[in-house]
Amino acid sequence: MATSYASDPAPVRWGLRIVTLGYVFLLVAWPTALVFKNALANGFGAMFETFSDPEIAHAISLTLTITVWAVAINLVFGLTISILLVRYDFPGKRALSAMLDVPLAVSPVVVGLALVLVYNGRDGWFGPSLEEAGFQIIFSTPGMIMATVFVALPLMIREVVPVLEEIGDDQEQAARSLGANAVQAFRRITLPGIKWAVVYGVVLSLARSLGEFGAVKIVSGNISGQSQTATLSVEETYQNFQQQASYSIAALLAFAAMACLVVVAILRPKEQQE
Amino acid sequence: MSINVSGVTKKFGDFVALDDISVDLPTGQLTALLGPSGGGKSTLLRIIAGLESADDGTVTIEGNEATHLPPQKRNVGFVFQHYAAFKHMSVAKNVAFGLEIRKRPKDEVKRRVDELLELVHLSQFAHRLPSQLSGGQRQRMALARALAVEPSVLLLDEPFGALDAKVRKELRDWLRRLHDEVHVTTVFVTHDQEEALEVADEIVVINDGRIEQIGSPDQLYDEPASDFVMSFLGPVTTLENKLIRPHDIEVSTHSRIAGAIGGTVSRVVRVGFEVRLTVSVDRPGHPEVAVTVTRAHSRNLRIEEGTKVWLTPTHGAPVVPAMESSLSETSAEIAV
Repeated sequence: MATSYASDPAPVRWGLRIVTLGYVFLLVAWPTALVFKNALANGFGAMFETFSDPEIAHAISLTLTITVWAVAINLVFGLTISILLVRYDFPGKRALSAMLDVPLAVSPVVVGLALVLVYNGRDGWFGPSLEEAGFQIIFSTPGMIMATVFVALPLMIREVVPVLEEIGDDQEQAARSLGANAVQAFRRITLPGIKWAVVYGVVLSLARSLGEFGAVKIVSGNISGQSQTATLSVEETYQNFQQQASYSIAALLAFAAMACLVVVAILRPKEQQE
Repeated sequence: MSINVSGVTKKFGDFVALDDISVDLPTGQLTALLGPSGGGKSTLLRIIAGLESADDGTVTIEGNEATHLPPQKRNVGFVFQHYAAFKHMSVAKNVAFGLEIRKRPKDEVKRRVDELLELVHLSQFAHRLPSQLSGGQRQRMALARALAVEPSVLLLDEPFGALDAKVRKELRDWLRRLHDEVHVTTVFVTHDQEEALEVADEIVVINDGRIEQIGSPDQLYDEPASDFVMSFLGPVTTLENKLIRPHDIEVSTHSRIAGAIGGTVSRVVRVGFEVRLTVSVDRPGHPEVAVTVTRAHSRNLRIEEGTKVWLTPTHGAPVVPAMESSLSETSAEIAV
């Protein structure tokens, strides 16, 4: 692709590069770098000291718990929905497909409010009966997991669906005709075929879940040391002029998300060379 | 009878793909399902394999009622037009797949895979990935994979359709020889009449969801049951309201034979060893006649555009009454 534009005059080529690089630098690279610079202003020691604060440590571990659950749930349901959408025909398929984009389009704050309306313990649709049975959803971890799952739902599906469509069902049918049942065909043929789409989907959901803020803020009640996640504590510490704590948590979140992307970028080309 | 299909009907929405099809495919033979695209032949093959279900009717394979069996329980080998190679597995692993699913002992799997790769001449490629093979090699691998499980029936869906002409011809000869070696009951779908005539013991002509004719290649060619079969199996032209093959018309430059039809050569196209003539007949309303003669014959008669000729059907040549509807269609085909 790049070679076909090589005949463009040099000023055009250089102009495009400078505009693109400048844009990405000013918008993404520089601000992110500043977060790390501020977090490390007093050295690694000061940064890690922040994480030993019990409330902040709790927030980080809560974020981890929510992320693991949300990614696991999105993995299972994302795969199921993707296969349903690509391999089966049913009435309402297009409506379902359109609905799966709602979480991308709607503001996470709205998602949070919607969940509160349905599941709150006083006048929600399911809330009171669930609370009687001993399940508290809103202002508690299950609600926060649900909010995160909702927000990250389309990421897995949008990665997997195009790949499933591209590989087609010939290989699965060949496996069936060779004696494999549906589960064997899925495990041995379909899953290896969509492996990288699934890995990408997991990484994107992971990064999205780590960084979720709006929906979780509404649903959680934001009680420090109880229902406060890492993103929420970034906001609180920042507003309380605890700059060091705020930048340190922010840097940790950014680092975790970036590490995921880097790991995948390193793994992926190796697979293609084989 | 190895495969017995009885009263099978299949609809996709309003489209009738198969309309009450009944056919018996005998054991050990190589049968071709021949017909135009969209005629239902692939659907029939997929119903036999269990990859598609029939709306009505029954399928019996080797005496076992198979209509409602899932594909993995029918013991059929299936080869797809686009190979359906397992892309993430080596050639050897592809071939071993069916045996591993059946949990055969490791040394037996290895021995069988080696044998099969030998049979399809891919031994030296055992450890390559399918993406490193040519189309013809991939299809041979797919064949070995299907044969590995010792199917009672081998089904091939346009197996050479995605290959270029030369490879296609090689694989066609090879499939015939392979079948003579292995003797597994084989059914293949094709829209290429030459492929069917050359390879098959028996041909089933399918059009518009119905069977037009069943017979040996000779029977089909010499005694076509309908104008459709006649025109699908090779070029045809119309002479006095009868369909006839262009090479079954004798051309002379003298009106010696009683009943010969006079005309003028309006076009001469030479293709290799044969010369294709278009003759405008001296009868009002009669469509132009296509005639094929050998290069030598045409040279002897000194035929060129404008030459006056007389046409007679060759004695004993197969002819079929031309249907009104097919007249314009077939003459247009020849003109192309």
